[in-house]
Amino acid sequence: MVRTHVLICGGTGCTSSKSEEIMKVMEAEIDAKGLSEEVKVVKTGCFGLCALGPIMIVYPEGTFYHSVKVEDVAEIVEEHFLKGRPVERIVYHDKGDDDVHHATSLSETAFYKKQKRVALRNCGVINPENIDEYIANDGYQALGKVLTEMTPEQVIDTVLASGLRGRGGAGFPTGRKWSLARTLVPDADQKYVCCNADEGDPGAFMDRSILEGDPHAVIEAMAIAGYAIGATQGYIYVRAEYPIAIKRLEIAIAQAKEYGLLGDNIFGTGFKFDLKLRFGAGAFVCGEETALMTSIEGNRGEPRPRPPFPAVKGLFGKPTILNNVETYANIPQIILKGVDWFTSMGTETSKGTKVFALGGKIQNTGLVEVPMGTTLREVIYDIGGGIPNGKKFKAAQTGGPSGGCITPENLDVPIDFENLMAIGSMMGSGGLIVMDEDSCMVDIARFFLEFTVDESCGKCTPCRVGTKRMLEILDKIIAGNGTLEDIDKLEELANYIKSASLCGLGQTAPNPVLSTLRYLRDEYIAQVVDKKCPAGVCKNLLQYKIIEDKCKGCTLCSRKCPVGAISGTVKNPHVIDPAKCVKCGVCMSTCKFGAIIKE
Amino acid sequence: MKKKLTSVTFRGTPEQEAALLAVIEKHRDTPGLLMPILQDAQEIYGYLPVEVMQIIAKETGHPIEEIFGVASFYSQFSLNPKGEVAIAVCLGTACYVKGSGEILDKIVEILGVSAGDTSADGKYSVDATRCIGACGLAPVLTINNEVYGRLTAADMAGILKQYQ
Repeated sequence: MVRTHVLICGGTGCTSSKSEEIMKVMEAEIDAKGLSEEVKVVKTGCFGLCALGPIMIVYPEGTFYHSVKVEDVAEIVEEHFLKGRPVERIVYHDKGDDDVHHATSLSETAFYKKQKRVALRNCGVINPENIDEYIANDGYQALGKVLTEMTPEQVIDTVLASGLRGRGGAGFPTGRKWSLARTLVPDADQKYVCCNADEGDPGAFMDRSILEGDPHAVIEAMAIAGYAIGATQGYIYVRAEYPIAIKRLEIAIAQAKEYGLLGDNIFGTGFKFDLKLRFGAGAFVCGEETALMTSIEGNRGEPRPRPPFPAVKGLFGKPTILNNVETYANIPQIILKGVDWFTSMGTETSKGTKVFALGGKIQNTGLVEVPMGTTLREVIYDIGGGIPNGKKFKAAQTGGPSGGCITPENLDVPIDFENLMAIGSMMGSGGLIVMDEDSCMVDIARFFLEFTVDESCGKCTPCRVGTKRMLEILDKIIAGNGTLEDIDKLEELANYIKSASLCGLGQTAPNPVLSTLRYLRDEYIAQVVDKKCPAGVCKNLLQYKIIEDKCKGCTLCSRKCPVGAISGTVKNPHVIDPAKCVKCGVCMSTCKFGAIIKE
Repeated sequence: MKKKLTSVTFRGTPEQEAALLAVIEKHRDTPGLLMPILQDAQEIYGYLPVEVMQIIAKETGHPIEEIFGVASFYSQFSLNPKGEVAIAVCLGTACYVKGSGEILDKIVEILGVSAGDTSADGKYSVDATRCIGACGLAPVLTINNEVYGRLTAADMAGILKQYQ
C-alpha cells in the first residue's frame, strides 16, 4: 500500500534546475530500497515558489523540501522514507511570530497565506499527465452539468453574472463576448472557440504554468464555451517555446478523446466538440486577437481592422471567440461553485482573482494568485518577501511592453482593471517585474520600446515608423546627447502613436515611456541636463573613477586597461583619463581593493 | 528583427527531402497549412534555407514570396543554421533587470559572434531570446538546451571554455 506521496514540480522553472533528473534518480533509489510499493513519486505542475526550486513535497505530513539537488536524493530516501527523519538541511523554514525559523509546510508559508488559488487550484496538486487525477478533483463535472442541466443561454448568463473579465489584459467581459458570438450570426454553418496561449509578455509565465499544471481545466472550459456559443471546433494557439506545455496538452487532449470528453457524443448528449493545437512561432503581435487568427490561417500574423469583430467574422471568416488561458481556467469553477462564490472575491468592477508572475528584484520569484483588490504592497512585501539585499523599491512594471510602472506612492492602490488604468499602467496578462534603486527607468523604457520596435508587424505606419523614431530619441538621450526638447518630442510622438495605431500592440507600445515620464521624469531630466544616469546603468553617461584613499597603486588596472587610459606609478594612487576611457569596466572588475567606482 | 540570409552552403540529404515531402503530404488538407509545414521543415533541417522554401513552394503552389514572408515574420523560424554550440541568452524582462544584457555583451565580446549570427566555421551561434520561463533562475542562458542560471558576466569565460 502507498503510504507516502512525493510531489515533485515538473514546471519549466524547476525542470531547468533538473527536477526531471531528480525524479528519475528518486524512483531508482526507491526501487533499490524496496520501497516502490510504499512510496509513490508524482510529477506535478508549478507550485509557484520558483525562487526555491526544485521543490518537492512529501505527503501525508506535508514536508516541504526546497532547492533539492540530485545529490540529496539518496539521503532523502534513506533518512526520510526509510527511517522517518526528514532531512532538516533542505526543509523549508519560515520565520514565525516568535521570530524563530520553523519548518513550515507550503500552505503555511507567508508566500501562500494571502493567496487564493482558483485558476491555479490544481497546479502543484495533481499530475497533469493523468486525467484520472483531474477527474478525482471535480474535473469535467462542470462540463457534465452544463450539457445535462443547462441551456447555452443559461451558461452565458452565468458567465455574465459572474463578472468574469478577460485575463489576457484588456479585461473585456467574457460573458458578453460569448453572448455576441452566439447571437450575432444565428445561421452560421461553423463557429470556432480559440484559446490564446501565445503568452508574449517577456517575463510572464502564468498561462504556461496553467497549461503545464492543469491542462484539462482549459480543455473542459473550451468545450463549455463551444456548447455556449454553438461551436464544434476549437483551436489552442500555444507558443512553440513552451515544449512542456505542448506535450502535456497533447497528452491531455488524447486522454480526453479516449474518455469521450472530447469528440462526437460527449457525455452521451450528442454534443460534439473537437480541439486542435496550433503553434505560434514567436511573434508578440500574435497575442492580438485578429493577428492570432491570421496566424492560425497560416499567414504572417498581421492584425486586421475591426469591425468586423471576430464574433461576426473571425477565424476562417467564421464567428469566433478568443479567450486567454487563465480566463478559461476560471470557467469550470464558476459553473460548479456558482456566481455568488465567484463574486464574493474581488472589487466592484473586477471579480475573482488574478495570477501574477513575480520577477525581477524580488525575494520570492514565482507565481502568485490573489483576489482582485489586493494591494501591490501586499503582493511585493507580504507574499513576495520584499526586495533582496536591503535595496530600495523603485517601481514595479505591470502589463509588460503594453503597461507602465507603479511607483512607491501607488503601492497601496487596490489592484483591479480600472485602478491600474487610472495610474497609467494596466493589468496586462500578469507579468509583474519589480525594480530597485539600481534599475534605470530610462533604460527599462528603452528595453520595452526596443521590444515593440522588434515586434511591430509593420502593417500600420504609426507603429512601424513611430516607435522606431521614439527609440532613436531614447538612444540619443542614453548616449548623452539628449535635450529637454527631445523629452517633449518623445511625449508628443507617443500620444500620436497611441491614438493612430491599428491594433493593441501599437496603441499601447508608448505606455512604458509615458508612464516613466509621468512618475520618474527626474531620471530623464538627469540624463539630458546633468548627463548622468543616477542608477549607474547607462554606460555612456557613466564615468569610472579611482578613489585615491583606497588605491594601493598595485598597477593591475593600468596593465589590464585595453586602451591605456589609466596612469600612475607603483604604490601611488592611479588616475583614469576620461577622454581615453571606453567604459568597458575591466578595471573595476580587476581591482582587488574596491577602489574603482562608476558614477 | 531583420533576418540575415545565410552564407552557409545548403547540405540537405535525400532522406531529409523525403521527410519534407511526407510532411507536406500530411498537411495537404490542413487549413492554414504553411505554418505547420514550415515548423516541421525546420525540425527536419534545423533551419529554413531558400532551397527548402523552393520545395515547399513547388509542392503547395504557394508562391515563394509568400513563404519567405511567413518564414521571415516569425522569430522562431531561422534562416541560419544553428552552430554546433548554440547559445541563447534570455532577454525577457525578468532576466534583463537582473543583467542579462551584460551577459550577452560579454559573450559577443568573447566569441566575436554578434547576436542572431553564426560564426563562419559554423561552430558557435548566439541568439537573444525571449523569456524561456526560468525566471526564478534569472538571468539565464541556454547552450544546446542546457540551462545555466543565476549568472554574472564574469561566469561567461568559464562556461564557454567547456564548449571549446
